[in-house]
Amino acid sequence: MLRKFTLHIPHMIMAIALMFLGMVALFILNTARLVIAGKDFTSLALILSGLITYCGVLIVVIMFHNEKVLSVGLLLPSIAAVAVFVYGFIGWSIRISLSRWQGLQPDYTWVGLKQYVLLFTDNPRFIIDIRNTGMFTVLFILGCLALGLGFAILLDQRLKGEAIFRSIFLFPMSISFIASGVVWAWLMNPSTGDHLAGINLMFHLLHLDFLISNWFTSPQPWGMAYTVIPAIWQLSGFTMALYLGGIRSISEDMREAARVDGASEFQIYRYIILPLLQPITLSAVIILAHMSLKIFDLIVALGNQDIRLDVPGIYMWTTTFAAGNYAQGAAIGVLMLISVAVLVVPYVVSTIRSETEL
Amino acid sequence: MSSKKSGFTAFCLLVASMLVVSACGVTTPSIASPQAPATVVPATMAAPVLLPTATMTALPTPVEIFSWWVGPGEADGLAAMVALFNHEYPQYTIVNAAVAGGGGTNAQAVLATRLAAGDPPDSWQAHAGQETIGTYVAGNEVKPLDDFFASTGFGKVLPATLLPLISKDGHPYSVPVDIHRSNVMWYNPKVLAIAKVTIPVGGFTNWNDFFKACDKIKATGKVCLSLGPEGFTAMHLFENVMIGTMGAAKWDGLWTRPPTTNWNGPDVRTSIANFQKALSYTNSDALTLSDWQPASKMVADGDAAFNIMGDWAEGYFANAAPNGLALKPHVGFDWTPAPGTQGIFVFLSDSFVLPIGNKNPDGTMAWLALAASKAGQEAFNPLKGSICARTDCNPAFFSEYSQGAMQDWATDIVVGSLTHGVVANNNWKAAIDTALKLYLTDPTRADQFQGALAAACKSAGSCQ
Repeated sequence: MLRKFTLHIPHMIMAIALMFLGMVALFILNTARLVIAGKDFTSLALILSGLITYCGVLIVVIMFHNEKVLSVGLLLPSIAAVAVFVYGFIGWSIRISLSRWQGLQPDYTWVGLKQYVLLFTDNPRFIIDIRNTGMFTVLFILGCLALGLGFAILLDQRLKGEAIFRSIFLFPMSISFIASGVVWAWLMNPSTGDHLAGINLMFHLLHLDFLISNWFTSPQPWGMAYTVIPAIWQLSGFTMALYLGGIRSISEDMREAARVDGASEFQIYRYIILPLLQPITLSAVIILAHMSLKIFDLIVALGNQDIRLDVPGIYMWTTTFAAGNYAQGAAIGVLMLISVAVLVVPYVVSTIRSETEL
Repeated sequence: MSSKKSGFTAFCLLVASMLVVSACGVTTPSIASPQAPATVVPATMAAPVLLPTATMTALPTPVEIFSWWVGPGEADGLAAMVALFNHEYPQYTIVNAAVAGGGGTNAQAVLATRLAAGDPPDSWQAHAGQETIGTYVAGNEVKPLDDFFASTGFGKVLPATLLPLISKDGHPYSVPVDIHRSNVMWYNPKVLAIAKVTIPVGGFTNWNDFFKACDKIKATGKVCLSLGPEGFTAMHLFENVMIGTMGAAKWDGLWTRPPTTNWNGPDVRTSIANFQKALSYTNSDALTLSDWQPASKMVADGDAAFNIMGDWAEGYFANAAPNGLALKPHVGFDWTPAPGTQGIFVFLSDSFVLPIGNKNPDGTMAWLALAASKAGQEAFNPLKGSICARTDCNPAFFSEYSQGAMQDWATDIVVGSLTHGVVANNNWKAAIDTALKLYLTDPTRADQFQGALAAACKSAGSCQ
């Protein structure tokens, strides 16, 4: 590596200047603060000084003309940031979940897995959470896949206004869950009798009174199933986009060959298209499941913290910030992480493996 | 080197030197006017350079007050108090750091983050009682106020039964600004007249009499007791049922450490039975309402007869649109103590605290002095619809309901509200809240509910 080192004086001067500048700035900012127009920019300035120093280091690295070292060097700030702010904090959350911190003053006393044991034994609320998440995930994924596939097949028929329909189906995905949750809460208003409102009122006006439903105040556990409706409405367009891309990538030749062999359209879909869409189904399932396992904003907007619609995200938020139970909140968070990791990690590993095989 | 490269080098050196020069221009923490631009001060590598005091006294120093008063009424009250403060203490200026939402839960979350970061505001709003003591005193974030109470004589103008509730080990920790009453039952006189129900003078003495009246109301097809959603309204009703059933002394006994009233005992069991019966007289769509206002509106509209809600409902009934229903007292709405709670004032109070480690301690003391003063409380409370914590405010500023409440405040037995953070800290209250919500999903499981309440007491560290 040293053999390739070529000293380039101007670059070396610049590198030394940058490193010197960065270190001087870091030293100053360590003892004083930077206040511009009343706002404290010290932490931002510290980051910038660090990056300036690092730029100087990188210029020196460039002079070694070694691609591997340079690429690692360029990635190093991002890797460091992710390591600290993502994995470091995950580790810290795990550490807190193994303590008994309750209240404003941290209490890191080691209690082992006590928080987790308490969550699963004699905690009816957490059992409700697990049941609700399971039901929500299953129904949400099935609904999105079915609707998404249906829309994709419809759009595959090469209609005239295909681009318009595609956009319309995709629009709901751009809305935040809180906004759609609030609107769907109005639509799915469970009041009956004098206070009919929302979709119930529409059914009444259309003389379809037998359809009037209590929505998510229906007897559990099925009340939770109604919360899936806004979620499917929002994300079936996304699934449709995934499937449409997959269907379009299947060459027309295969279909032509099948038609020549006498297969009906239905048989073409069933025996050729759908099996070829399996990898897309898998990625759609992973993405939708990781969304539904962490669902929070939609349920909070719909249910207003009704305990029958409780999910782990809501439980974690209320137990951490309303009750001050930081250790229990951390334990719930870690459990949510594990449930998502169980799904995502094998998928990512197998994707990387299959890509390197190619 | 080509001229292009030497030009490039020169340019880089110029940029580098410019950055070095500007890096020297760091200022120090200035508590002067927030509009000061970055000044170039000769950088000493030692401790931060402080600006000379001459510049500081020319500009008012900021006092940051943190609250969740952003709604109609409360925001006006806060603005009135701030205006009075800025007038009386021109050397300070209030920075209003209010955070909206969640009835205070969002604000408390933001506050917890700031306290963990060591950046406390100069004072913050907290519910007087265990919410303050169990959270901020236990967390070593606030200082006791013994000297303040002694030097201002504030302790002498507060009711005697209040001081122990806002103190720990005899040291008071908060300055109560307003007092709200929880055990008020609002009713619609017209609905009662149609059902031929009369309320005994002073209110129903027990829940059984109330249930008899409810049967008459139910016979006319109206809802007897309107109830709001799961949030705090259910707990509000539950605490009033408990106090009305077991009385003030036994209620206090639930919250001593250790409790002198048994959570597994007959008093709690009878209260739960009364609560179950009361729930049977409530509107079936209670859990679908958005907040407490629709339940109170049912009384105003004549769909329900009674609604037990704190006296912030008075503003909702009486104020002009769009924030109120513009009803006339005794005509469109009326009030009586909740059944079984005559002579008892179930209070909740917003108060301010004395933090540790804030930027402007003198400003905090000035704010607390104003908040405790007669003028400050008289400016704030009429606009918010509450009554003064002091017993010597002038009744003329207040509405008819509030005048009655002020008399009761001075004479009744004062007990603390559970729903609003007086008798139990946040952790205990959250455990009771979960038990209550689970109970509401099936009100026949009374034994399970009582067991869950006893378990909540244990997990809060109060019961054995």
